[in-house]
Amino acid sequence: MLLLATDPNFLQTIWFILIAVLWIGYLILEGFDYGVAMLLPILAKNEKEKRVMVNTIGPVWDGNQVWLLTAGGATFAAFPGWYATLFSGLYIPLFLILMGLIIRGVAFEYRAKNPETQWRNAFDWMATIGSFVVALVFGVGFANFVIGLPINAKHIYVGGFWGLFTPFALLGGIVLVVLFAFHGAIYLSLKTKGDIRVRARALANPLGLAAIGGGAIFLLWFQLAYPAGGIIGWILLVLAAAGLASAWFFIGKGREGIAFISSSAAIAVVAVMIFVRMFPNLGFDNSLAQGHPLNVVTAASTDSTLTLMLIAAVVFVPIVLGYTTWGYTRFRKRIGVENMPNEAPAAAHAG
Amino acid sequence: MSPETIARWQFGITTVYHFFFVPVTLALSMIVAIFQTMWVKTGDEKFLRMTKFYGKLFLINFAMGVVTGIVQEFQFGMNWSEYSRFVGDIFGAPLALEALLAFFLESTFLGLWIFGWDRLPKKVHLATIWLAAIGTNLSAIFILAANSWMQSPVGATYVACDANGFGPNGGDCNRAIMTDFGAVLTNPVSLVTFPHVILSAWLTAGGLVAAISGWHLSKLKGKAKAERDIDTHRWAAKFGAWVLILAGVGVIVTGDIQGKIMTEVQPMKMAAAEALYTTEGGGTACADFSVLTIGSLDGKQAVKPVIAVPCLLSFLATGDFHGKVQGINDLTTAYNGGQLIQPDNALQKAYASELKKLGITDWAPNIPVSYWTFRLMMGLGFIGMAIGAWMLWVMRKGQLPKAGPVWNTLMYAAVLAPLFAISFGWIFTEMGRQPWLVAGVLPTASGVSPGVSAGEVLFTCITYTLVYGALAVVAVGLFNKYVRLGLPEVSEPKVLTDDEAPLTFAY
Ligand code: HDD
Ligand code: HEM
Ligand code: HEM
Repeated sequence: MLLLATDPNFLQTIWFILIAVLWIGYLILEGFDYGVAMLLPILAKNEKEKRVMVNTIGPVWDGNQVWLLTAGGATFAAFPGWYATLFSGLYIPLFLILMGLIIRGVAFEYRAKNPETQWRNAFDWMATIGSFVVALVFGVGFANFVIGLPINAKHIYVGGFWGLFTPFALLGGIVLVVLFAFHGAIYLSLKTKGDIRVRARALANPLGLAAIGGGAIFLLWFQLAYPAGGIIGWILLVLAAAGLASAWFFIGKGREGIAFISSSAAIAVVAVMIFVRMFPNLGFDNSLAQGHPLNVVTAASTDSTLTLMLIAAVVFVPIVLGYTTWGYTRFRKRIGVENMPNEAPAAAHAG
Repeated sequence: MSPETIARWQFGITTVYHFFFVPVTLALSMIVAIFQTMWVKTGDEKFLRMTKFYGKLFLINFAMGVVTGIVQEFQFGMNWSEYSRFVGDIFGAPLALEALLAFFLESTFLGLWIFGWDRLPKKVHLATIWLAAIGTNLSAIFILAANSWMQSPVGATYVACDANGFGPNGGDCNRAIMTDFGAVLTNPVSLVTFPHVILSAWLTAGGLVAAISGWHLSKLKGKAKAERDIDTHRWAAKFGAWVLILAGVGVIVTGDIQGKIMTEVQPMKMAAAEALYTTEGGGTACADFSVLTIGSLDGKQAVKPVIAVPCLLSFLATGDFHGKVQGINDLTTAYNGGQLIQPDNALQKAYASELKKLGITDWAPNIPVSYWTFRLMMGLGFIGMAIGAWMLWVMRKGQLPKAGPVWNTLMYAAVLAPLFAISFGWIFTEMGRQPWLVAGVLPTASGVSPGVSAGEVLFTCITYTLVYGALAVVAVGLFNKYVRLGLPEVSEPKVLTDDEAPLTFAY
């Protein structure tokens, strides 16, 4: 370890933080998209209600997904070593994620293009299964970053595929699925009206309890077995629990806005905990790296590239946030079954 | 098969597939924006119907572009980890900027466009399609800058490892680092590749519009009460035909410039494109361009052209009908003797001693592939242009095309010829770059992920191919269905104020 004479500098640290921010944006925004899609077969009683659910995320899901693409691109640009080792090391899990993203990505656009029930059911299942797979694999993945992925001196992952499926990691996967389903139910009760809203709110209750229970076990296990940030870690844990409890409490009271903010905050805090743990080793276990660790310093791009990218981020992230927010406010109205156009959208008359 | 071979197949398959949808997105988004602008300006319902009709086809295509693009973004790290490590300092930046500047723009505003017909005022709604279209074209700028850097690695140098195996400041070593981002963005290869690719995208989308409207015209001919549809399709078909011709001219002009830059930065690619084994031209002699050749192209000697255009290759490569074009064998001898591919390139210079250790002896790409893809690219593009001209002739002075197998075949060709021309162009560019990932620096074999087994790559390669095949059936089926449905009936969109009213559009 003597060889790591250099501490992370300002640019390396800020880029680590920025990448964490991109991930948090992704988890909060796509979290409810995945949640809504996973709840499709459970919540909707008929075709019209399904359409209401799909249309709550219709205008925004693609933009939300770009947070993931940007996180990937930024990792490549700022920490090529991290991008290279992680993406090749988790080859099969990432492949599963890509497959999930593919089948769900075409589902929303294509379901609307043919009124036949079978066609629509097929695409709705693709959306549901795709979202479930992506959430599950990311949960397993992040739990493994907490544990630390073992790598060798050449920075190649050596843990094997089955090595990823420890009990802790599996719990991580399940917890993320439940958390997203809870988050999605809250989002639905915030964006819909009528029957479907009532049922979404009712379903949020057990989902919230499951998220609180599963989350508590996962986070305690996390803190006890893989401590991160000392006292800060425990503070974050309490905050995450408080966020989930508040989301559950307020959705029960019908205060959907506050509930949504709470569940978003809980997701963000859990992500912060994980990223605190990942600093500075980026979620790798360097004990087999023979003095050539992979970390924020060794994985980083040069300072000039990081500076250039930082300028771009400072200029453009606010612009992106500005127009994204504007876009969301265009669709702030609740929708219900009465808003669904009557004629089949595939008819030549539809817009 | 080695993991390298399978990884190359996988990258080729997934990228060519991605690029079936990309050109249509790039140009059709603009074309739809133009139609909608005409509608807002003139209030003519014809343009609104065209906007909605072609807009729907555009969206079916766009969805495929998005899902296949995600695979691209992740594939560098998954299959080409050592490549990513080596080039990340330079190559990563355009990729990240593409996501930040382009993908957010296109996806956010496209969502607003799709769902915004009855929620946004007319002019604001018009702005959303323009912003989405601009986003798609911005993304092309960045990704093409990244790709061009692989063809000619400017603005970079090499960092070797110190005695302890680290680079400066304890960072990573044995990699390329950026010295000048401006040079990467203004890479001459990039500056000419962008217009060539964008114009070839217009050629493709122009062919699509011309063919679809042309096909409808032939069906509508002689039908009762079809005047309105005929009038609309005639406008669109003519528009598409003009795009075919004009974009075609632009593609030729930019392609010609590209040939000269390519000869400068990758002389071996030009030699391979002509299967030119020995240097020709210079002084009073010149190098001919063969249109058709028979016999073996993989031997180590010159081939016998059947039809050749005198001195054209000299002109294409150098701009001078008597310019000297170096042959494969002479280049190979020079490279084996230690000559650099671009003697002034800082990265190639800095990396030369490392490269020597790898002992490269085969400096040429696959010759038949280079030779034929180059000709197919041009030839199929010319066919597209010719169909455009023929369509204008057939539709002159208010005449309509006659339905029948000849017309139908031409219409299919107008769609497929430019689309395949584009694919062959890319296959030429990419396979002609071999044996390099980064020309003159990083050999392809050095870039693959060492931790990923052949079995894993084979598994994913087969699954991608199957899933993409199934998706193609669905997407093409939907596309055909909406083509056949024809122009929709439209009503003037208005902003909804009643919360209980049904929306004009919902998934
Ligand atoms: C010349 C243009 C061009 C080229 C060479 C490529 N792409 Fe592409 N890509 C586009 C032009 C484009 C586009 C026009 O912007 C797309 C096509 C359809 C679409 O949705 O946007 C797109 C979509 C698209 C997406 C989805 C964006 C979204 O969710 O909105 C990603 C992640 C990529 N691409 C990434 C890549 C990578 C990593 C490539 C290199 C191998 C690549 N593309 C080649
Ligand atoms: C602009 C972005 C692009 C980048 C950064 C890029 C980069 C690469 C890389 C890294 C490889 C793999 C290594 C190799 O085999 O050489 C490759 C191969 C390939 N690419 Fe591209 N590519 C791009 C665009 C395209 C497009 C749009 C197409 C086709 C439509 C294409 C077609 C191919 C083919 C056919 C191969 C396989 C060539 C071979 O292995 O011999 N590429 N490219
Ligand atoms: C006279 C006609 C043409 C000439 C002289 C020409 C020339 C070239 C050259 C020299 C390249 C290789 C650039 C490099 O590797 O550095 C290229 C690539 C390419 N061409 Fe063409 N081309 C012509 C027509 C077309 C047509 C009709 C299309 C498609 C409709 C097309 C699409 C492409 C594409 C997509 C590439 C790959 C990307 C790039 O490097 O620009 N070309 N062309």
